[in-house]
This record gives sequence, C-alpha cells and structure tokens, in this order.
Amino acid sequence: MLLEKKSCELSVSVQEVDFDLTSEINSIKKGNKNFGGLASFLGQVRYSEDSDKELVYLELEHYPVMTEREIISICNDAKGKWKLHAIRVIHRVGKLVPGDNIVLVLVASSHRKEAFNGAEFIMDFLKSRVPIWKKEHYRDNSSWVKSKKSDEELLHRW
Amino acid sequence: MKILYFAWLREKVGVPYEEKDVKAVTVKDLIQELVEVDEKYAIAFSDLKSIRVAVDQKLVQDFATSIKNAKEIAFFPPMTGG
Repeated sequence: MLLEKKSCELSVSVQEVDFDLTSEINSIKKGNKNFGGLASFLGQVRYSEDSDKELVYLELEHYPVMTEREIISICNDAKGKWKLHAIRVIHRVGKLVPGDNIVLVLVASSHRKEAFNGAEFIMDFLKSRVPIWKKEHYRDNSSWVKSKKSDEELLHRW
Repeated sequence: MKILYFAWLREKVGVPYEEKDVKAVTVKDLIQELVEVDEKYAIAFSDLKSIRVAVDQKLVQDFATSIKNAKEIAFFPPMTGG
C-alpha cells in the first residue's frame, strides 16, 4: 500500500534583520502538527579568541537571487534524501557584530535521525555551495575569510 | 553581457558589475579577453584556482563552459557561507 505523500513545507530567507528562534519554531508547529522532532542549528558571529586581533564586525556579501535559489536547491536535495515535514532556513547578510545571529536551520521530521541528518546536510552545503562571502573587520585592518578544505571534504560524506 | 564580481574579486576589479560586449564564447575566453583589456583584470584573475564562476546564476565547474547566449556571468572566490 502506498503511503500518502506529504509535501514538505519549505521556507528560505536571506535578510539583514535578526530573527527569533522561538517564533520560527512556533510557526513550524502551527503549520505541521504531526512532526515528531525538530532539529535546529543556530550560528552566531564568534568573538575573537586572540585579544590582539579584536573582531569589530563581520561583513557578509552575497549574490542576490542566486543565494536564495542555491539554498532552496540544497533544501530540495535534503527533501529527496529524507522524509522531512518542514524546513526553515534564514541566512543573514550585511554587517554583523560578535554575538549576532548569522544562520538558522530548522528541520522537522517524524523521527530525530531524519531531522538531525537534514539539518547537518543543509549546514554542510551552506558553508561552501551558497554564494556568500565573509569579510572580517578588525581595528586596523580587514581580511576575507578563506574557505576551508575541511568544509569542502565534508560534502563527500553525503 | 552583464559581468559581476564579488568579494575580493570585486575589490580588485573595482566595480560590482559591468556591461560589456564580448567576443568570448567560453568562460576561459572571457577571462582572457578581460585580462587583455586592463592590468586590473590580470591581477584579479592571476590565480584561477581560487576563482569560481556562475553562468546565469548556475555554478559551473569547467572554464570551457560555453557562455553563448548567457546574460550574466559572475566571478567570485570560494564561498564562505553558514
């Protein structure tokens, strides 16, 4: 017997303004009464670990429209791999200071494994497949964040 | 054709985008054509390994990809989202 195919609710935003974790979760709960688990990943701007090199702010540049399109494509790949009920991705751009939220990934599913996997998959691809670039601004200078080989290698596990 | 530059490529070229009539038929030809126009492009494109390309907002792996009929070509460094 074929199971009824449920569609996965998908919402992607690329925005300068902050977001609220609780209201985003509540909005998923409202639209999807029957998920068993929701995995969330919240990324924030790290404070400098080196006191001589104090990060003043982080600047995130992106390629409008393509950024949204690539995130949606990653989420659709996740939907194809696991049975997911809802996905919400918010990526902030513009100037952000240490402690500011950068990224939110919420994935709801019937069971935890799918939710965790879906969230991790989406985060892995956000790191190196979405046209966003970070520039770190210190007191006296600034530098573009270099992509990490380890982030690229992580993609092979999927 | 609209050519866009992001991150340090934008800084090296000096503009976020420009409209150009180009003869090039592949990504590789386009880079060559730009490099011949001005030294700033030669500097920006000096290390091709650290350059990524999107043709009409689709990432392409191969610089031999055709850009015939493309409206928008974007050059940028490896992405650092998340």
